[in-house]
Amino acid sequence: MSEDQPLRSDLALIARHITPGARVLDVGCGDGALMAALRDTAGADVRGLEIDPANVAAAVARGLPVVQGDADTDLGYYPDRSFDYAILSQTLQTTHRPDKVVEELLRIGKEAFVSFPNFAHWRGRLSLLWGGRMPVTRLLPHRWYDTPNIHHLTIDDFRAVVRERGWKIDGQWFLNDGSETGSANANLFAEHAVFLLRG
Amino acid sequence: MSAPIARAAPATDQRFGLRRSVRLPGPLRLDSGASLAPVDIAYETYGTLDADGGNAILICHALTGDQFVASQHPVTGKPGWWVRAVGAGKPIDPARHFIICANVLGSCLGSSGPASIDPATDTPYAMRFPVITIADMVRAQAMLLDHLGIAQVAAVIGGSMGGMQALIWPTLFPERVRASIVIAATSRHSAQNIAFHEVGRQAIMADPRWRGGDYYADGDAPTAGLAVARMAAHITYLSEAGLTEKFGRRLQGREAKTFGFDADFQVESYLRHQGISFVERFDANSYLYITRAADYFDLAEDHGGSLASAFAQTRARFCIISFDTDWLYPTRESRAIVHALHAAGREATFVELSSPFGHDSFLLEAPEMNRVIDGFLRAGER
Repeated sequence: MSEDQPLRSDLALIARHITPGARVLDVGCGDGALMAALRDTAGADVRGLEIDPANVAAAVARGLPVVQGDADTDLGYYPDRSFDYAILSQTLQTTHRPDKVVEELLRIGKEAFVSFPNFAHWRGRLSLLWGGRMPVTRLLPHRWYDTPNIHHLTIDDFRAVVRERGWKIDGQWFLNDGSETGSANANLFAEHAVFLLRG
Repeated sequence: MSAPIARAAPATDQRFGLRRSVRLPGPLRLDSGASLAPVDIAYETYGTLDADGGNAILICHALTGDQFVASQHPVTGKPGWWVRAVGAGKPIDPARHFIICANVLGSCLGSSGPASIDPATDTPYAMRFPVITIADMVRAQAMLLDHLGIAQVAAVIGGSMGGMQALIWPTLFPERVRASIVIAATSRHSAQNIAFHEVGRQAIMADPRWRGGDYYADGDAPTAGLAVARMAAHITYLSEAGLTEKFGRRLQGREAKTFGFDADFQVESYLRHQGISFVERFDANSYLYITRAADYFDLAEDHGGSLASAFAQTRARFCIISFDTDWLYPTRESRAIVHALHAAGREATFVELSSPFGHDSFLLEAPEMNRVIDGFLRAGER
């Protein structure tokens, strides 16, 4: 099955760093776009967890093994080290306890990819500083009352929790407007961050 | 059990087609310790078995279902019970699949059950028929596959009690199933499930015409008790919202309440109709035996109390589907299966679908369910 649409930039980046044939759990897999790409191009053994039933049906319809469930409550049932990679893309900020979810990813996977939108990007900062309003941008199109994002974080926030918990960073990438951008000042200039962690 | 090599059969092979039945010598060793011989199995097949036998799909029917999954019922004249999922252009398609559906052991549509003749006495078994389990039903199906020359099926699929069979199949015969689709089912019967079944059984046994089950000689069956059993059970297959939408408090063919005990309300009339039409096609003793089999079902109990252990030896991919308004086998029961599959490191697909129709949703128009079944089956055919 081929993809009609190119992968979102953070997913494409993750896909480039997955070892062929790896066992992968995609937490918050949506309609399975990344899973399908990993299966078809990297021959990965992919599994997904997704909260939205319509997304689950769409992913299953493309032949992907996806389970409907909640990252906050359903990860505990996966055995230790049962995957080479656990992936949490653009989902961290929607979980009730992001720290516990990452701990679970690092228990289930040998490594974990975590990608999230950077709420300290300069556009958001300007919006709050000059407009006095919570930012509504292309990347974060929701308003404060209807956003699924309940834990807003910045790249520096994430680095701090990584240090506090003693997680190890095996890789970090920063994206702006779909292309990679430098690590320096990423907290100001990157829209997205992708971290590869190890417990 | 040795699995014969699958082979393509000529179109004239009498084993294949509609309204088939076979008498297998057995004996079939049952969970109770008893043996059954001979074993009659009535079944239907649709489509053509591939040369390598790889396109076989076994469909397991529910409590009071039958083998007429996609063909006209011989008694009621109604179309097959799952024509919404099985047929040309459907996810289970005779153009692509070789489909088998067999009447379960204990039932009354041609497979061995309490109405069958006991060779020891030359009279119907009635309550002398051995108590059977879901696993016994599956073992009988495996005997049928041997007869058909099918070593391994691409998938076993079932809803409700059929889902229980689909779930236990890979645990009993890991080498014979590549995929299992378990719809609106559970890994064990709950106290509430058993309680509803017991109401039905007591209704049958309280009917003076039941006579300890020996009613076959004069054909005067305990239809009143069986109808009440069906009425009670039928409520559990629906949802409150569905009943409210369909009937509300509307009156049946009258302007006002009659201040009597006639079927004033549409819902009463509907349930009475369900009860009366059911007794035309079903045997009361079979109802006792099959509800008992469902009540005895507890897959974890068979594996030291651990559902994950039940899946330790399985090889199949599993697809679990539940419906949000099903209160007979609610979604949490399906989730428990999924969690056990994960704990056992097995591949699982799971989705809870939305439908207003309660437990029976899987029998009704369910485009999302068809989409999921189709995608899951095709993933195995890649």
